[in-house]
Amino acid sequence: MSAALLIDFGSTYTKLRAVDLGRRRVIGAGQGPSTVSSDIRVGMKAALADLERRCGGLPQFRHRLASSSAAGGLRMVTVGLVRELTAEAARQAALGAGARLVGTFAYRLTAADLERIAQLRPDIVLLAGGTDGGNTEVVLHNAAALAASTLECPVIYAGNREAADEARARLGGRLLACTENVMPEFNVLNIEPARAAIRRVFIERIVHAKGIDRAAAEFDAVLMPTPAAVLEGAQLLADGLPGTRGLGELLVVDPGGATTDVHSVAAGEPAPGVVPQGLPEPRVKRTVEGDLGMRHNAAAIVAAAGLEAIARDARLDAARAAALLAQVSADVGRLPASAEEIAFDQALARAAVKIAVRRHCGTCEIVHTATGPVSVQRGKDLTRVATVIGTGGALVSSRDPAAVLRMALADPQDPFALRPRAPRLLLDREYLLYACGLLQNVEPQAALELALGNLAELDPEIAHERTRHA
Amino acid sequence: MSGRMRTIVTGVIGSDTHIVGNRILAMALEKAGHKVVALGALTPAADFVRAAVETRADAILVSSLYGQGELDCRGFRDLCVEAGLEDILLYVGGNLVVGKRSWEETAQTYLEMGFDRVAPPGIRSEAVIEWLGRDFAARERGQRRADP
Repeated sequence: MSAALLIDFGSTYTKLRAVDLGRRRVIGAGQGPSTVSSDIRVGMKAALADLERRCGGLPQFRHRLASSSAAGGLRMVTVGLVRELTAEAARQAALGAGARLVGTFAYRLTAADLERIAQLRPDIVLLAGGTDGGNTEVVLHNAAALAASTLECPVIYAGNREAADEARARLGGRLLACTENVMPEFNVLNIEPARAAIRRVFIERIVHAKGIDRAAAEFDAVLMPTPAAVLEGAQLLADGLPGTRGLGELLVVDPGGATTDVHSVAAGEPAPGVVPQGLPEPRVKRTVEGDLGMRHNAAAIVAAAGLEAIARDARLDAARAAALLAQVSADVGRLPASAEEIAFDQALARAAVKIAVRRHCGTCEIVHTATGPVSVQRGKDLTRVATVIGTGGALVSSRDPAAVLRMALADPQDPFALRPRAPRLLLDREYLLYACGLLQNVEPQAALELALGNLAELDPEIAHERTRHA
Repeated sequence: MSGRMRTIVTGVIGSDTHIVGNRILAMALEKAGHKVVALGALTPAADFVRAAVETRADAILVSSLYGQGELDCRGFRDLCVEAGLEDILLYVGGNLVVGKRSWEETAQTYLEMGFDRVAPPGIRSEAVIEWLGRDFAARERGQRRADP
């Protein structure tokens, strides 16, 4: 048997998936604690022992690939010039690289900004600013300011090409990579080179800096941060490979303990006659809602959705919902046990998905002009997305994951949010998206077929309705 | 500096969808050797300024054809000053005359708002390009703009 081991060094658990490459199936899963803060090998050994126990022995692995979100994830700070332009492009590049974005800055960095950046303890700073041939003063000011600061982390430069040589001179040894501009022309997004540079620095520097490579005897390579692996898995599933069709345009929703991630692989272009406004968005887009987390940020979900609404959705009275909220906020490791706790968690997940997807998708607005009404679109139009996939513990452990995922769909009460109208709903029950994102680097065909074969269809009734309408 | 390619930001301001004239102008400017950042129709004033900051533009050319240009352009120079572009060359043109006001009165209103040149309706792109050439030359001599 030809097998692969896919490892996720997570923030709470070290998770393993063993897959049979020939038969395209999961052999088993194993889990251990995350021990990166002491010695990462301890958690890895425990996870391997767990896997061995569940599989009744371990096969010889042809590939052993890892992703990591341990030790705080890949902490990044981005710096750009205009907030809506190069600063936003830099933000998109960092998110697409799977970073945990801890700060975004625009215009000239002040002494207070630099102090704040040092406090944020980023692993990498991405410095952008100016289109090619455009503004050079601000990005050079910021390069000098970063060079003179107490900050120790490496800097990646992805700003105005014209200022690159001078920026290199100013940054000296702090500059680890100089890559193409994230916005070479006004309103043209070019985030792939910066993403690739971030990933290279992650592999070459950060994996070591965080002590993940202490477990190097147990794996061949740590390829990327875990969110990037999920994003790459999603892209493979959407696009397919020559000879194997993918699922087409899709959206992935991951309500986690601290954040809710949404990934889309879709062009999102405006319908005919609709005028696009603002920065074009990447086809492969990731957003992270740092205020929407099932445990660490449960109070923020309740604040955003309203306690009454959460209570109503969970069929609880408001006082009881408030008490349950206090309980999960105080004990973030808590898993729901009673019927009330389960209902409350379900309502939290539903609210998190609804708000996160609404923020991820674009909006359409009617502007009244002298020549009549015109539809103006900001962000991506995801109404025609064919598939919505749910992943992560909150969904997998939910008794009714379809009811959570349905919150991602378009709502007649909110017609200007461009959310999916009639997609299939799939559940990543085996937590395989990250594994496929890793595996595709070495065995793309096996990765794709594994992902396609292991997503569970939810809501077959809706699927039936959709076929009838189509 | 005289041989440097100049960057010009242009678009149609406000809730105005009339893009054709602005496109023709943009094409002519490119043919004349300028780098053009075309923002298209329905462009808010702040977007002109943001684009000019990021691209280090030398001039902003604002089009307005639907009769509400005066409202849309109020405070435009202030926005530029706010963004550190106090000296950027600002032109406005299109259908700026509304009602029974004379062209002179209308032009004066826009000049007072801080625009450097106000183009009458039906102006040819060659005339705008000539203005730009003379004004850029004047800038290099340290003047704000060339004589009218």
